[in-house]
Amino acid sequence: MWTWFYKLASPPYVFGVAAALTPWFFALAALAIGYGTVAGLVFAPPDYQQGDAFRIIYVHAPAAWLSLFAYTTMAVAGSIGLIWRIKMGHAVAAATAPIGASFTLLALVTGSLWGRPMWGTYWAWDPRLTSELILLFLYIGVMSLRPAFEDPARGDRAAALLSIVGVVNVPIIHYSVLWWNSLHQGATVAKIGKPAMPGSMLWPLLSMLLGFMLFYGAVLCIRVRGEVLNRERQATWVREAVKS
Amino acid sequence: MRAFWSMGGYARYVWPCFGFAGAVLVWNLWSARGYLAAARIRAVRAMAMDENV
Repeated sequence: MWTWFYKLASPPYVFGVAAALTPWFFALAALAIGYGTVAGLVFAPPDYQQGDAFRIIYVHAPAAWLSLFAYTTMAVAGSIGLIWRIKMGHAVAAATAPIGASFTLLALVTGSLWGRPMWGTYWAWDPRLTSELILLFLYIGVMSLRPAFEDPARGDRAAALLSIVGVVNVPIIHYSVLWWNSLHQGATVAKIGKPAMPGSMLWPLLSMLLGFMLFYGAVLCIRVRGEVLNRERQATWVREAVKS
Repeated sequence: MRAFWSMGGYARYVWPCFGFAGAVLVWNLWSARGYLAAARIRAVRAMAMDENV
């Protein structure tokens, strides 16, 4: 177990594993997203209150969940790079940021489009919406900070620090609907006991969640390979990998 | 079929959401592949420069 964990600090090992995993992640993501989209749009019944507008949940909830997951991954990877000085930690953090930012934007846009028919407005300075917008700004900050330093190592450290400080926003986003009065609905899937959805609505949602996660894994693998090549381009193994 | 596309009167909210989601997925794939390709080109150039020196 620990041997495998230590191997993850090795750029050539990660480069090879990422290349091997990418097609599997993509294939499984295509299956899960394909099933989730068809079942969510065609077979799931309309909601008794929201009608067919509720189907937006099939892209909104997975995007919002992924925005938090990617940020947490970025902060954990950044801390690994910062504390143990493992270069792969910074590479994974750098690779995660644009993916997380794009899914945060997707969550905001789809939430806004869902809010218009349900709340009567595209935007409200609601705790959940505002904290999610702050998350997007944090992603943009991390992505802008890294190349702002001439020394890449300093850029990595600064970006890692910002991502660690910003991770406090993740529980705020998650619990904002409980801590404050919010227009946003409470937990639907992650309710203790049983989810507030019937199976015909829930399974497509879980499939979309899984599909988005697998897609994230696939894109992360490609970006990590790019990061490794950028950071290790003088290494002998990179020359052999590029030649092949 | 018309009922499906009209989404109970919410078509102008539902379809843009799915369209934008598709665009985000495609952009992620396209940009990641572009990033990897650019990194590969930089590595090849660095290798060529070293060989010339």
